[in-house]
Amino acid sequence: MIKQTHSTLISEDRGGPAQPLLLVRDLKKYFPVRSGLFTKEKRFVHAVDNVSFSVSKGKTLGIVGESGCGKSTTAKLVARLISADSGKMVFDGDGVVEYGGIALKEFRKNLQMVFQDSFASLNPRLTIEQTIAYGPTVHGIPAHEAKSQARELLQRVGLSPDQFASRYPHELSGGQRQRVNIARALAYQPRLVILDEAVAALDKSVQAQVLNLLQELKQERQLTYLFISHDLHVVHYMSDEVMVMYLGQVVEKGPVERIFNTPAHPYTKALLSAIPSMNPAKRTLKPPLEGDPPNPINPPAGCRFQDRCPHVMDLCRNVSPVLMNVTNIDAFSEHTVACHLNQGMRL
Amino acid sequence: MNDKTQGSTSVGYWRLVLRQLKQEPLAMISAGVLLLLVIAAVFAPWLAPADPFKASMLKRLLPIGSPGYLLGTDELGRDMLTRLMYGGRISLIMGIVPVLSAFCIGTTLGLVAGYVGGRVNMIIMRILDIFYAFPSVLLAVAISGALGPGLSNSLIALTLVFVPQIVRIAESVTTQVRQLDYIEAARMSGASNLSIIRVHILANVLGPVFVYATGLLSVSMILASGLSFLGLGVKPPEPEWGLMLNTLRSAIYNKPMIAALPGAFIFITSIAFNLLADGVRSAMDIKK
Repeated sequence: MIKQTHSTLISEDRGGPAQPLLLVRDLKKYFPVRSGLFTKEKRFVHAVDNVSFSVSKGKTLGIVGESGCGKSTTAKLVARLISADSGKMVFDGDGVVEYGGIALKEFRKNLQMVFQDSFASLNPRLTIEQTIAYGPTVHGIPAHEAKSQARELLQRVGLSPDQFASRYPHELSGGQRQRVNIARALAYQPRLVILDEAVAALDKSVQAQVLNLLQELKQERQLTYLFISHDLHVVHYMSDEVMVMYLGQVVEKGPVERIFNTPAHPYTKALLSAIPSMNPAKRTLKPPLEGDPPNPINPPAGCRFQDRCPHVMDLCRNVSPVLMNVTNIDAFSEHTVACHLNQGMRL
Repeated sequence: MNDKTQGSTSVGYWRLVLRQLKQEPLAMISAGVLLLLVIAAVFAPWLAPADPFKASMLKRLLPIGSPGYLLGTDELGRDMLTRLMYGGRISLIMGIVPVLSAFCIGTTLGLVAGYVGGRVNMIIMRILDIFYAFPSVLLAVAISGALGPGLSNSLIALTLVFVPQIVRIAESVTTQVRQLDYIEAARMSGASNLSIIRVHILANVLGPVFVYATGLLSVSMILASGLSFLGLGVKPPEPEWGLMLNTLRSAIYNKPMIAALPGAFIFITSIAFNLLADGVRSAMDIKK
């Protein structure tokens, strides 16, 4: 569809399909909280705590969880927009920003992000065309070439270049702006695209169009998505694998159908039962969860879900559960959960 | 705004602002008045009817409309119209130059403070807070008093008065813009800080700072006149509106109209600057 004129920009697949595109190990980010003027004690928000996951090539990993659970922080850590306190990332076999690995600039060529706020993510003083062409020119593509490429991309995301190329963001609707953001993200052939609540601000019909566009582009360009959302329907539709986060930690992870059909963690179960049902007989009568998530500043010892969990045991109050296998599905994917309940049953 | 007939040829932002500005009668009248004043000042040697320094004891304080002296004469018998035209040169320079130089220095400092943030921000902003502790008139008087009278010294003094105000605006706008997603997107594309500032931040910061600076033009002119009035600006017999106001104050009881003339020019010029600034401000609001 799009002429691939810049082969230099496209980094080729090196590890083969079995090697995960992105491997994240023990990512950790604590934000210091400014306490009173005279108190010495430093406190931290445990935003992302030992998060590990991997994304296979050409797949979509959905990250779900309620607001404040660390989804977006995880995305920004992966994109290196903020630096992690600790943790490792491996991109297609290369350590990111470490000796012998790939440099940050190289890594960023391979990775792009689409943000939730379609208006704030476009410079109001640049035309659509300039916005899309900006990235490639940074990487040394001549301006006229970048512009013609931008017009092709506009065409691909469903905006007529003749009509839109020289418009400003404020002249576009939300859905159109998000298409522009997608076009910008694709401007130099990334391999991994982080979609951080990319469709959350759009209304349902536009949302569906944009989701379909994303699916088409994924097929067409062999993209891998990290899809962050709080909307379970959308995650179900988009993802191959799902990772459920609660208060900065991964509580469950597995193939999308496994998670949606046989959730293992009490939190995932509660989350899924909160999906509004089309069937009146299946209406949820009582709230699936009570209370609020605990304060992420100095979270409780043991399992972080203990105060809201209907199955809480003594063990949960003292020992924090680790992610363990529920079942192996095949060589590449497994269903893991961090809950004593499950581990107890397996013992 | 986006007329469909023009299709894809959306005009540039500043052209759009200009088009909008033309719709505002007050701003256009002000611009016309300022243009006349600037022309009169710049071409004073060719346009002025007399020599601004030629005094005549016989023709002291002639009333407005005397034959040969359209606006009368001052306390030394010099032609008022000529002196007002020549005086406009220095007064306009005193209005524009300090604001322009403060705009350049202040925007740069504000951008650096806002973009780098952290300790650099704290150092720059705290130092400027020291300047803020004094009222601007007092600060201008203090600085030019320390530097000594003269045109260039008062320009420096006025620049120093305006820098902190402009830095503060530039810094707060930069800090706001820096957190927006399109800056993150630019960082994702691997752009250098310099490129991000040039392409993404500058254009969005300049607008508000520019509007604020145009509002300072009249303040600067009035402050400069005040300095001259106090004897800290230019020295007599140099024609300058503030200084003329000072030397004519002895005539305020017998020829009040003549004595008020320089003040009237200061008033007209500063109100024209203010109305134009207001016009620019609302014209720039078309976007966002």
